[in-house]
Amino acid sequence: MATEHLAAPMPGVFYRRSDPDEPLMVEIGDDVSEGDTVALIGVMKNFHDITAPHDGTVTDILVENEGEVEAGQKLIELTIED
Amino acid sequence: MIEVVKGGVSTTIQDLGRFGHYHIGMPPSGAMDLFSHKVANALVGNASDAATLEMTYDGADLRFEENGVIALAGAPMPAELDGEDVPMHEAVRVEAGQELETGFTTEGARTYLSVSAGIDVPEVMGSRSTYTLVGIGGHEGRTLQAGDELVTGENGAAPDTVVGNTAPEENLPDLENSNVLRTVIGLCDYRLTDESREQLCDVAWKVTPEADRVGYRLEGPELEFVEREQPFGAGTDSSNVVDVGYPIGSIQLPQKPIVLMRDAVTGGGYATIGTVIGADRSLLAQRRTHETVRFEPVTVEEALDARQSVQDDLAAIRTAIER
Repeated sequence: MATEHLAAPMPGVFYRRSDPDEPLMVEIGDDVSEGDTVALIGVMKNFHDITAPHDGTVTDILVENEGEVEAGQKLIELTIED
Repeated sequence: MIEVVKGGVSTTIQDLGRFGHYHIGMPPSGAMDLFSHKVANALVGNASDAATLEMTYDGADLRFEENGVIALAGAPMPAELDGEDVPMHEAVRVEAGQELETGFTTEGARTYLSVSAGIDVPEVMGSRSTYTLVGIGGHEGRTLQAGDELVTGENGAAPDTVVGNTAPEENLPDLENSNVLRTVIGLCDYRLTDESREQLCDVAWKVTPEADRVGYRLEGPELEFVEREQPFGAGTDSSNVVDVGYPIGSIQLPQKPIVLMRDAVTGGGYATIGTVIGADRSLLAQRRTHETVRFEPVTVEEALDARQSVQDDLAAIRTAIER
């Protein structure tokens, strides 16, 4: 087992939903596949997808929905089975 | 031809801007960081009015179908051409078939990519600049997307005469430490209380996530207006005045201050309490969300000296390039 943190590539606002009416994209304990969009970073009314770099399990979410984030800030912990 | 493989967060085609239509409500658009746009063009041997790509936070990935020369200027952005690092502020040869991959800016917000002879899109009202709010100029009036195809101009400088051009470090701004924005106070600063007028230039203002080509919304203390009976023609809110033209760079106060930038509305009834000078708007365009800025009051004469100083830096860069 290895853990990996997905980080914000740019400053902005962390979104866990693609739209206010949509369900959360992922919750702790969810299995995700490589390429899945797990969150968004919004800045200047533009949104950047945060995608899973590998198959794995979301084991922690370190920022509240709609929290402000800095570039490089850890967002989501992913645990990957060896 | 250049094929867009990845558009990035917000990449648009920009030149010096669209002038002469402000009175009908058409803002100039054009490069937010004009200085870096001009440096990028100078490096590849283009005139300043050639169109460049303005890439915001995240770069575009491009496949080049023709030989040419490119340069990156402005916010430092990691970039590789077929796996080889592309340094900032240097003219680099591109061969047909090569692919440029870029990452996120490591500081600053906007990186300019110039190509020899410029990006050639039809001029709209005298400019190639993209104005996304109404969807004109640039490539189909919008930000670039994967699959877009861009045409470059003709008669670019011969690659051998420009490849290897670099801009001297001492003539480039220190983006990380450039948070002071010189500001000419007025015209509506009289609307502020004495205390708020002092606060405007005393405190650090934080750039919010709502900071784009239209304007930069800032977070800080609440500024207060002098109470008065609103004059005929002004709105009912104490932040309203009888409509005025908004200078580019003007600071208006709907509630939180907004510094209007190059795609902004050209006039209206919000009190504009100061104007960030042209020389420092390129620096504001590089401030990232959550970074701070300060306003430093200057006279119009000092603003003109600052403009001259920017022109001197550009002239020094051009001289260094001409060797």
